[in-house]
Amino acid sequence: MIPIDHVIGLSALLFGIGAIGVLVRRNLIVMLMSIELMLNAANLAFVAFNRVWPGMDSTKALDGQVFVLLVITVAAAEVAVGLGILLALFRNRDSVDPEEASLLKW
Amino acid sequence: MVVATFVKTAFILFVVIGVLAPVITWVERKQSALMQDRIGANRASIAGVTIIGLMHPVADVIKLLAKEDVVPAGANRLLHLLAPVLVAVPAVIAFAVIPFGGSYHFGATTVQLVVADIDWGLLYVFAIGSLAAYGPILAGWASNSNWSILGSLRASAQMISYEVTLGFSVVGVFMVFQTLRLTDMAVAQDTTFRAFALVEGLFGLKPPAALEWLGALRLPNWGIFLQPLAFVMFLTAIMAENKRPPFDTPEGESEIVAGYHIEYSGMRFGLFYMSEFIGVVVIAGLMTTIFFGGWSVPYLPQEAIIAGVGRFFGVGFATGFCMLVHFVTFMLKLAAMIWLQMALRWTLPRFRYDQVMDLCWKILLPLSLANILVTGMVILALEGTA
Amino acid sequence: MNFPTLLFHAFALLAVAGAVGTVANLRNTVAAAMSLVLTMVSLAGIYVLLGAHIIAVFQIMVYGGAIVVLFLFAVMLRGDESEPLPRGRMRLVKAASVLVAVCVMAGFARILVGFPEPPAAPTDFGRARTVGIALYSDYVLLVEMVSLVLLAAIVGALVLAKRNTD
Repeated sequence: MIPIDHVIGLSALLFGIGAIGVLVRRNLIVMLMSIELMLNAANLAFVAFNRVWPGMDSTKALDGQVFVLLVITVAAAEVAVGLGILLALFRNRDSVDPEEASLLKW
Repeated sequence: MVVATFVKTAFILFVVIGVLAPVITWVERKQSALMQDRIGANRASIAGVTIIGLMHPVADVIKLLAKEDVVPAGANRLLHLLAPVLVAVPAVIAFAVIPFGGSYHFGATTVQLVVADIDWGLLYVFAIGSLAAYGPILAGWASNSNWSILGSLRASAQMISYEVTLGFSVVGVFMVFQTLRLTDMAVAQDTTFRAFALVEGLFGLKPPAALEWLGALRLPNWGIFLQPLAFVMFLTAIMAENKRPPFDTPEGESEIVAGYHIEYSGMRFGLFYMSEFIGVVVIAGLMTTIFFGGWSVPYLPQEAIIAGVGRFFGVGFATGFCMLVHFVTFMLKLAAMIWLQMALRWTLPRFRYDQVMDLCWKILLPLSLANILVTGMVILALEGTA
Repeated sequence: MNFPTLLFHAFALLAVAGAVGTVANLRNTVAAAMSLVLTMVSLAGIYVLLGAHIIAVFQIMVYGGAIVVLFLFAVMLRGDESEPLPRGRMRLVKAASVLVAVCVMAGFARILVGFPEPPAAPTDFGRARTVGIALYSDYVLLVEMVSLVLLAAIVGALVLAKRNTD
């Protein structure tokens, strides 16, 4: 049986790396990928906790796994729309630098 | 148990991939020659011995190994190297779940002729197939060439579109067999069913007096009899996944000059080339297992064979003999499926790219959803009448 | 240290390496995407070790096989240029603050109340049948809502991708 606290530590670490990516990088595609990384870290935590408290045969608790399936689906939808926005936004410019999208800045 | 897995893996790597894939290159040339009323390649020889052209696969492999590996200027070397690997590996590991035979009990030990008996076997194949989409993308991108990018965009769009249809088309089969495990599917197809029971159960009709035999007719419980539309859709979708003609717009030789593997030579191209033929064998294995009964002999279930032979030679020998019979049956069906794919390849002209996309989204997707609906309704209706 | 634990640590190392590769300032966005694939596949391996097989296969199929392919499409259509590095001081401040945040989070996770040894999972913990039945009996409303979300995403992506021809 694998040590669950290591799994949670890994989830926290991946979340932190994803957070660094969103904050430090200035390339929108990489920022979106870092967001996916954070979602994956959350999924890992869900599955790990569901493994610790799975309920037994009569009172099964599958919340963790069902939620992970929904998160995966919503992440797919989010990536599709996010990349669509990115392509539409930067259709006229040459770079994917979010600093360039500053028309509304006061 | 570990030794058994090693033996089975070695068998798959050396026999199925090392021998069968080059033989299929020979089959392609000879079958196309026969279909086109010519002789085909028969000149390659070793010490003057040409066996109807079977030396050509050997010659091909030697040629590919000896050629120079050219990496175009301005190409990304790491990705250029990674792409053939990402094409070859999914094709090979898809064999892990295809059952070459059932499970045989020799006293205390049980031998299962499958490398990995996974509970979600068919989903594993789909997952591996979706990973296979990376090879063409990286190959096209890393080659730094116009034709490569065009071929790679076409290939990736085609592959991810047909993944959806591939999944939907076999949902009907899951519903009928109630399992995702490929070994269980093969076992479920080992029996026969009364063909007329469908009409009887749905409409309550009895066969007319003149056609009494129709009521007693029993067909093997194969997927193709239970789900014929799913077979056609699955065949189309998985041939499109493998980018075999008539779906080979990504490598359309007359349009974009070999598409995404235009800048590959030597053994890297050999990996692309071989992966396509390994994919042919994987497709044949999958179709055999899901739709044609896998390793089972029609009308002769495993118990009947073991009991029949066991009366003369003893149960241990009978089980081993049954194992051999099942294995040979599987190989024969595999060969038939490979022949079918080759025949389709050499008769149908290549689809235009927008026809490929139309076929997926406007024809196959609604049809597969309708198949699921009708299958569900029939299963519910027949449940009442058992 | 038994084999599953060893395997878990190997997968964890690969996942972290892939994550760092995604976030690091590589010259090449395609290489960042391939590192993300490495992370996804390693996480799928960890899911299998935890016993959630069906989640693992969906992770590979959807995340590894479709989402990152979408990213690669976007990169191929947009071009793959490198970005200017942030200015010296700002970069230091950002990196330091985020490093502290990561350490705090990792530390918290490690010293949380030690988890009890998980009970032996019920034999059908991660099976397709269990999760499938649960999805369509207890959680059917969520499935319907997610299908609406997907519909909205499809329509939205189509509208965004259309060029104005007026």
